[in-house]
Amino acid sequence: MASNVAMAGSARSRAGSIVSRLMQSRELTLGIVVVVLCGLVGYLTPNFLVLGNLQSVTAMIAIIAIAGLGETLVIITKNVDLSVESTMGVVAYCVGNELTQKHLTVQEAWIFGLAIGIALGATNGVIVTILKVPSIVATLGTMAIFRGIAFFVANGRDVVLGDLPDNYTDPAYASFFGVPYFVILALALIAVMAVILKYTSFGRDLYAVGSNADAAATIGVRARVTVFAAFTIGGFFAGIAGILWGIYFGGIDSTTAGGESLVVIAAVVVGGVSITGGSGTVIGAALGALFLGLVNNALGVLSVDQSWLQVFYGAVILIAVSVDAIIQRQAQLNKARSRIR
Amino acid sequence: MTFDTNATSHSDAGGASAKRSALGVLAPFIRWEMLLLIILVATILIGNWASGDFLTGLNFSNSINNAMEVAIMALAMAPIIITGDIDLSVESMVGLSGAVMGALWAGLTPFGMVPLPIAIVIALLVGVIGGLFNGILVTRWGLPALVVTLGTLALYRGLAKVLMGTNVVTNLPGGYTDFAFKNIPGTFIPWTFPTFLILAVIFWAVMHKTWIGREIFAIGKNKSAARYSGVRVGTTRTALFVVAGFVAALAGIILALRFDSVRSSNGINMTLTVVTIAVLGGIDINGGKGTITGVVLAVLTLAAVQSVLRLVGVSAYIDAAVGFLLIFSVIAPLLARKTQSLFNRGRLGGQSPGTGPQRESFGQKRGGGV
Amino acid sequence: MSGLNNPVENVGVVGGTPPLALANVSKRFEATQALSDVSIEMRPGEVQGLVGENGAGKSTIVKTFAGILQPDTGSVLLDGKPVTLHGPANARSLGIAVVHQEPHLFPDLTVAENVFIGHAPRGGLGSVNWRKMRRDAESIFESLSVSLDPSSKVLGLSMADQQLIEIAKALSVDARVLILDEPTASLSSHEVERLFAIVRQTRDRGVAVLFVSHRLEEVFELCDRSTVLRDGKLVITAPTSELTTADLVRHMVGRSVSLFPRSTAKVGEVLLDVRNLTRSGFFRDISFSVRSGEIVGLAGLVGAGRSEVARVLFGLDKADSGEVDLNGKRANFASPSEALGAGIAYVPEDRHLDGLVAGFSIAENVTLPILPRLFPRFFTNGSRERNLARGYAERLKVRATGVDSLVEALSGGNQQKVVLAKWLATNPRVLILDEPTRGVDIGAKVEVHRIISDLAASGLGIILISSELPEVLAMSDRIMVLHEGRISAEIPRAEATEERVMFAATGQFAEDASSGE
Repeated sequence: MASNVAMAGSARSRAGSIVSRLMQSRELTLGIVVVVLCGLVGYLTPNFLVLGNLQSVTAMIAIIAIAGLGETLVIITKNVDLSVESTMGVVAYCVGNELTQKHLTVQEAWIFGLAIGIALGATNGVIVTILKVPSIVATLGTMAIFRGIAFFVANGRDVVLGDLPDNYTDPAYASFFGVPYFVILALALIAVMAVILKYTSFGRDLYAVGSNADAAATIGVRARVTVFAAFTIGGFFAGIAGILWGIYFGGIDSTTAGGESLVVIAAVVVGGVSITGGSGTVIGAALGALFLGLVNNALGVLSVDQSWLQVFYGAVILIAVSVDAIIQRQAQLNKARSRIR
Repeated sequence: MTFDTNATSHSDAGGASAKRSALGVLAPFIRWEMLLLIILVATILIGNWASGDFLTGLNFSNSINNAMEVAIMALAMAPIIITGDIDLSVESMVGLSGAVMGALWAGLTPFGMVPLPIAIVIALLVGVIGGLFNGILVTRWGLPALVVTLGTLALYRGLAKVLMGTNVVTNLPGGYTDFAFKNIPGTFIPWTFPTFLILAVIFWAVMHKTWIGREIFAIGKNKSAARYSGVRVGTTRTALFVVAGFVAALAGIILALRFDSVRSSNGINMTLTVVTIAVLGGIDINGGKGTITGVVLAVLTLAAVQSVLRLVGVSAYIDAAVGFLLIFSVIAPLLARKTQSLFNRGRLGGQSPGTGPQRESFGQKRGGGV
Repeated sequence: MSGLNNPVENVGVVGGTPPLALANVSKRFEATQALSDVSIEMRPGEVQGLVGENGAGKSTIVKTFAGILQPDTGSVLLDGKPVTLHGPANARSLGIAVVHQEPHLFPDLTVAENVFIGHAPRGGLGSVNWRKMRRDAESIFESLSVSLDPSSKVLGLSMADQQLIEIAKALSVDARVLILDEPTASLSSHEVERLFAIVRQTRDRGVAVLFVSHRLEEVFELCDRSTVLRDGKLVITAPTSELTTADLVRHMVGRSVSLFPRSTAKVGEVLLDVRNLTRSGFFRDISFSVRSGEIVGLAGLVGAGRSEVARVLFGLDKADSGEVDLNGKRANFASPSEALGAGIAYVPEDRHLDGLVAGFSIAENVTLPILPRLFPRFFTNGSRERNLARGYAERLKVRATGVDSLVEALSGGNQQKVVLAKWLATNPRVLILDEPTRGVDIGAKVEVHRIISDLAASGLGIILISSELPEVLAMSDRIMVLHEGRISAEIPRAEATEERVMFAATGQFAEDASSGE
C-alpha cells in the first residue's frame, strides 16, 4: 500500500511554492496587487496618492462594494443577479423623487428606498426559487423589467440636484477623522456580512447550497429558502447602493446605474467568489471592488482612454475565472495521483 | 426508468420523435408553436385595434426591419441554448464588428482608409475570431459559458470603444445602406427580410434535416451519451460559438448600415432581446429542445409586440416588455405542466405521479438556480 | 480455513431490544428485487459484518437504515417500534451515523466543517465556534492516527482522505448505531488498523456497529457476528467464530447456476492485444488479448478498475503507459469517435446516464454513432434510418410499438437492447459490454445473452464486464479477474467456478483449487 506520507502531503497545500500559497488566498493576492498598483501609479503620477483624489474615488468604490455584498451571497449559492444595476437605479430614482417632490423626510425616503430594494430582491427570489427559472435568465429579464419600473416612475422627469433638500449630497464628501462616511458605512456592512457568512447557520447554509446542493438537502438545509433569502438580501444591499448613489450624484434620471451590474459582478468574481458557487468571502469581493475602482481612477489620472476600462473589466473577469479553473484542475489532479493502487 | 406522463414541454422536432400522437403530422405543432401562433395573431389584432397605423405597409416595413438584426442573432443563439450553453457577448460583437468596419473605412486606424467591402470582410472575420475565443474557453478550458461570455461581453464592448472612442462614423456608401434600410422596390418588404428568411431556411435545414442538427440535439439532451456515441461534442459546441460570432458580426454590420451610424454603443441591450426570441420561440432554456420554426414565429411576434408598443407611444417600455416575455416564456411550460397534471390527477382518480419506484433521470441537468 | 488471528469475543445481546432493525423488509427497483423479506437486527455492543456479492442488497440495507430509501413492505424498527425515517438528517438526529461508500462532501468547505456539517459546535450567541471545530476535528483525526489538515478545503483530497473524513463525520456524532459501508476501500493497512481500534472502542461503549465489506479477512478480524446476503435475501447470520472464509463464500454465491445458451464459436485471430496498460490511480499492468469469436469475461468487485480499463480502450481516458493493438495496428485513441472508426465499441455501464438519449426515438438512438456514415450528404433520410433501426430491432427482438417510440417508454431490457443495437450498427470488431444485463428482467436477460453469444459466433471479439458471477461464468471463454487495479487471476472456462472467481476478486488466493466444497 502507498505510504501515509504521500497521502498526508496531498492534504496539505503545496506549501513550498509562494505562488500556490497566493492562489489559496485570493484576498491576500488582491491585497498585494492593490498595494503594488497604488505604488506603481503613485510613482507614475503625483496626482494619484493625494487625499482628495483618494477620498473621491472611495465613494464609488464603497457603492460598488456594498452592492457587491448582496451579489456575493447570490453567487455563493451558485446563482447570479444581473438585475442589481436596475434595482439601484429604481431605488435611487424613487428616493430622489420622493425628496424632490417633498413627500417624505430624508429618513422616510431612505426607508422607502430600502423597502423597494427588498421587494425587488424578493421578486428575483420568487422567480428563481418558486418559478424555477434559472437565475441567469430570470435576472436578465428582471434587469429589464425593473428598469421599466424606473422609466414608469420617472415618466421623463429627472431628479435635479437643486430640488433636493439642502446639503443632501454632503455626506458623500464628508469624512470622520479623514475617513469618508461612505467608507465607514461600507466597512461596517462588510464586517457584519463577514460575520454572518462565517459564523451563522444561515451563512454556512449559503456555502453548503452552492457547493453541493444535493448533499445540503441530506443535512436538512432548505435550499429554496436559503436562495430566496440570498436574493432578497441582495436587493436590500442594492437598495443601499442606490441610495448612496443618489447622495453622491444628486441628479438622477431613469437610466441611472446602467451598466453597473457588470462592474459589481466583475468585482465579486475578481475578489475570489467562484462563479461555480460554494466559496468566496465578502472581504475578497470588497477588495475586488477596491481594485477595480483604483484601476478606474488610475486610468483617469494617467490620462488613459477610458475605453480601456471596459476591456480591463472583461479581461479581469476572464483571468479570474481561468485562475479559479486552474486551481480546481490542479486539485483534481492531485486527487487522482495520490490514490493508492 | 420513468415514463413521464406529464411531459408537455416544447415539441421535440429533433427528428422522428414525438409523433406518437394520433394526430400524426400535426402533433409537433399542437404545443408551443400553436400557442405562439395564437399570441402572434392576438398581438396583430390588438395592434390593429390600438392603432390604425398598425396594419400598414410602412409599419410592416419598419417593424420587420427593426427586428432583423436580433432575428438572425436569435437563429444562431438557438443551437447554443439547445446544447446547454449561452452566449451573452453577442450584443458586444454587434458593436465591435460595426466599429471595425466603420473605423477601417473611415480611416480611424493606422491602416488608412480601407474600401468598405474589405472592411466588411475583416469585420466578419473579427466575429469569427471572437466566437472562436468564446468556444475555446468554454470547451477546451471547460469554463462556464455564462461567465466567459459575460467577460467577452465586456471585453468586446471595450474593444469597440477603444476603436471608436467618441467618434461616430456616418455617410456610409448609399448602395450598402440602402440594402440595410430600404424595401424591395415596389413592395413594403425590406431587403433584410428575405435575407433573414434565407438564413432561417438554412438553419432550419441544418437543425432539423441534417445529422449535424441531430448531433446538436443529442448534445443538449445528454452530453455524456453523445460523447460515448462518438459525437465530437467539443468541436460542435465551439463551432456553434463561431457561428454565433459570425452572425452577430453580420448583424452589427447591417445595424450600422441601417442607421448609417457607427458608434461604440451599437447593439447595447440586444442580448436580452435575442435570448427572449429564442426562449419565446420554444427553445428550452435547459437545453435539448426547440425548433427553428418557433424562433421564426417568435421573431414575428416580437416585431409585432414592439410595433404595438411603439405605436401606442410607450417605446421606453419595450425592453421591460421583452424582459417580461422572457420570464413568461420560461415559466409557461411549467405552468402548463402543472395544470395538466392537476387535470390528470383528477382523471386518474387520485393517483399522483412521482411516488413509487425510484425516479431515474437521464443525462445531466443544467446548473444554476436552486 | 479460518482467518482468525485473535479470538473475537462474542459479546451477545446487551439489554433487550435492538436499537435498530429491519423487519420483513422488501424493496424493488424496476425489474430487480433488491431485498426480499429481510429481517436484520443491530445489537448494542456488537460489530456485525454484512457480506454479499455486488447486487446482493447490502447497499439497499444501508440506505434504508440511513433513511435514504423507504421499504416497500416491512418496517424499520427503532428500539423495537416501527418508525419512518424521513431522510438522512432525520436518521442522524435519531442517533444513526452512516459512513457511505461514496463520500457526500462539500468540496469548497474545509475538512473540519465537513466533519461537523449539520452539527457544528457553537460558541457565544449561537455562532459557529471555528476554533473548537478545528480542535475537535484534530482530536478525532488523532484518534484515527491520521494527519489531515482540518483547515484545508476538501476539494482535491484523495478518495482515501475523503473516506476518512466521512468516518470522522460519523464518529463526531454521538451515535447509538454506526454503519460503515465499505469504509476500508481506499485506506492503507495502517489506517485500517486504527479504524478497527476505533470501531472496537465504539462497540465497547455500547454502540451497535454494522460493517459492510468485501474484504473477508477484515470481517473475520473485526466482526463479532457475520451476516450473509444473497440475491436480496438473508442467508445466514452467525457468530464469526463459527464460520470459515469458505463458508462465507459458499453462502455468498451458492445457487443453482442456470445455463445460458452459449454456442462455442470458432476462435480466430487476435483482434485486441493489451500489454502492460497502466493508468496510475486506476489500474496497473493490465495485459490480455481478445480473439475473434471469443468472449473474455472481466470480473471483479466494484472499483476494481474494470470500467476504467474499458474507458481507456475506448478513448475516453488516456493511459499512462502500456500498448494497445487493435486489428494489428497500434491504437491510441483520443476520443470515442476515433475508437469507433477503428472498430471498437463500448456499451457503458449506466444506460441512463451514458447509453441512451432520452427524448430521442429508438431509431434516432440507434443511428447516433453512425450518422456521418449513414448520411454522407448531410441530409437525414427518415425511411433509410427507420429501416436500419427496424432491422436491428427485429434482430434483437426489441419490443416496442415502433422505431419511432421514445426510448424512455421502453422497459429496462428493451432499452438495453436498443443500446446494443446502437453499437452493433457501428460494425465493431471488438465489443466491450459493461454490465449489459443490469436492471434487466430474466426474460430479456436470456435474450441479451443469446445476442452476445451470436455476436461472438459471427466473429466479434467480446469483453464482458460483469459483476454477476453466473453471467460471467456462463458466457466467458476466459475470465480475467481484477482486484484493486491488477489482474489477480486468469481462469479458463473449464476451471471456472464461482468460488474461484470470488476468491480472486477479493484478493485471496485459494491454495487448493478444489476447496470451497
